[in-house]
Amino acid sequence: MAEPDSGERAVSELRELVAAEQKRAQFTAQVHDFMEVCWDKCVDKPGSKLDHRTESCLASCVDRFIDTTLSITQRFSQLLQKAGH
Amino acid sequence: MAGKFGLDFMAGGGNEKLDPGLVMEQVKVQIAVANAQELLQRMTDKCFRKCIGKPGSSLDNSEQKCIAMCMDRYMDAWNTVSRAYNSRLQRERANM
Repeated sequence: MAEPDSGERAVSELRELVAAEQKRAQFTAQVHDFMEVCWDKCVDKPGSKLDHRTESCLASCVDRFIDTTLSITQRFSQLLQKAGH
Repeated sequence: MAGKFGLDFMAGGGNEKLDPGLVMEQVKVQIAVANAQELLQRMTDKCFRKCIGKPGSSLDNSEQKCIAMCMDRYMDAWNTVSRAYNSRLQRERANM
């Protein structure tokens, strides 16, 4: 059996395609989660368009949320290391 | 022959060869539908909170207008957040 047959090739191709879709779905899910928090923080009364201040707030919100996640992760691992002694 | 693949879902429903293209079409549609449901659910929650004060016996004109605007702004915000997240991911990748 020198060569994978077409069935195995199809399965491995499918695996790759599914993995790519999973990544896309993860991205979308994360955007939904950001919206949960950032809409409340940044949008007051919905108007006829998003003004610059709101747009800027939403973009910052995403960055600050990620920074917060990184900060907590780092500090938590430090706490765990300290606890290990 | 079907047992060889170990994957039970078949676009044709029989022992035909596995067609990744057909399967992925179905997968993408299902994902899109799930995403739309998620979007509508969250949008409804947020816009109800923003637009409806004391719930009356029906939605009055101003509430309906608010809901319509809110939906559009929610989509705008969603796109803004999506772009910001994408940019951040690219920046992080560039730094690695």
